[in-house]
Amino acid sequence: MDFTFIKQVIPLYTEAAWLTMHIALIGILLSLIVGLICALILYYRIPVLRTITSCYIELSRNTPLLIQLFFLYFALPNVGIKLSGVQCCIIGLTFLGGSYMEETFRSALDTVGKVQIESGQCIGLTRAQIMRYIVLPQAVSVSIPGFCANVMFLIKETSVFSIVAVADLMYVAKDLIGLYYKTDEALLLLALSYFILLLPVSMLASYAERRLRYAQFGNT
Amino acid sequence: MALLEVQHLRKSFDEHEVLKDISFSVEKGEVIVIVGPSGCGKSTLLRCINGLESIQGGTILLDDEVISNRTKDMHLIRQKVGMVFQSYDLFPHMNVLNNILLGPLKAQKRNRAKVEKEALEWLERVGLPDKAHSYPRQLSGGQKQRVAIVRALCMHPEVMLFDEVTAALDPEMVREVLDVLMNLAEDGKTMLIVTHHMEFARAVADKVIFLDSGLIVEETTPAQFFNHPASERGRKFLQNFTFEIRKK
Repeated sequence: MDFTFIKQVIPLYTEAAWLTMHIALIGILLSLIVGLICALILYYRIPVLRTITSCYIELSRNTPLLIQLFFLYFALPNVGIKLSGVQCCIIGLTFLGGSYMEETFRSALDTVGKVQIESGQCIGLTRAQIMRYIVLPQAVSVSIPGFCANVMFLIKETSVFSIVAVADLMYVAKDLIGLYYKTDEALLLLALSYFILLLPVSMLASYAERRLRYAQFGNT
Repeated sequence: MALLEVQHLRKSFDEHEVLKDISFSVEKGEVIVIVGPSGCGKSTLLRCINGLESIQGGTILLDDEVISNRTKDMHLIRQKVGMVFQSYDLFPHMNVLNNILLGPLKAQKRNRAKVEKEALEWLERVGLPDKAHSYPRQLSGGQKQRVAIVRALCMHPEVMLFDEVTAALDPEMVREVLDVLMNLAEDGKTMLIVTHHMEFARAVADKVIFLDSGLIVEETTPAQFFNHPASERGRKFLQNFTFEIRKK
């Protein structure tokens, strides 16, 4: 193991880690929004939009991110839409994450029983108020474990970004292997980088789970 | 003039007709108990009155205003018709006080301090003065049901509907909930109560409605109904609640 080499290349990894996290964060936030909108469309069974949403979800879940990125990066320019690598990654991640988030949110919305909604109706709340004060808060606490799993899944999915020439962690590692043939060092640093990125996320997730589920489920 | 009037109400689920031509009226301050065998349409009747079910015929009037089959402002009507369910559905993510305050604050936009004071007084009255900040999961069934009743009362409804509110409770808890209802009756609350507790029905009711297969079979005073039911169906139904001693 060449420690001087490792010391030299650490800044490259840090830089790549920042870029990875930057894209992941934007992608995850957008997935959250897309997922929530889609979940509400399906929950309220809004005609037309509902069909479009279902098509999107099937398309998104049944194709790999790699292929989605290829499409965005190599196929779209043929019809005049030119996107940068980073733009492709953000759109791709959102396209994939949106459907995963939607499934998590919708199943959580469904766990809030009909009688809860009727209880809300009985105290004179409107449909929007029932969603805001009764259904959503309960659904959020149910969806936390699934949501956190999605976040970690999406962060790990970023490892395919290198194929559209975005200098993320994977890209740096492959680059170093190609240039210096330091396979062990490069891969070790790569695994370590992902671990360091994800560990705080999973710790934050357990903390959020405990906090947000207290009211409903107690200290379990 | 009656406070609540149900005229020729018909309700069916697909082909199945659950309520066939139901008519009755409720005066202000009157307590009406609805009894009848399972599946006779008691619960459905209450659900129709506060608009949880649409109706296929007839009209329901509250204060001379048609309240049946309205779509746009049904939430405003429901503020005047309180309802408590069998399954005491408190909102599990809120503490007792917030459960009670949600309707008055969000639906009626009332003053927080005043409603809170009222809520605490009610909790005191139903014997739960120290539970305001507990979560529903920390309460027993009877306690939850009493909170659910307070939640409905704090909306200041003109009429209260109780749908088998003790059916899911242990015998000791039944008493504490029924005592609350008795108390309300003494206060002159207008109430429609569906129950299987005949002794309670006899004690609390001004009028008993006996419902069978979607029809009102008898509508009379509790003394009349429990002592001398006019119909054969009524007699048979009441026999379910008495036992003869077989062993000496």
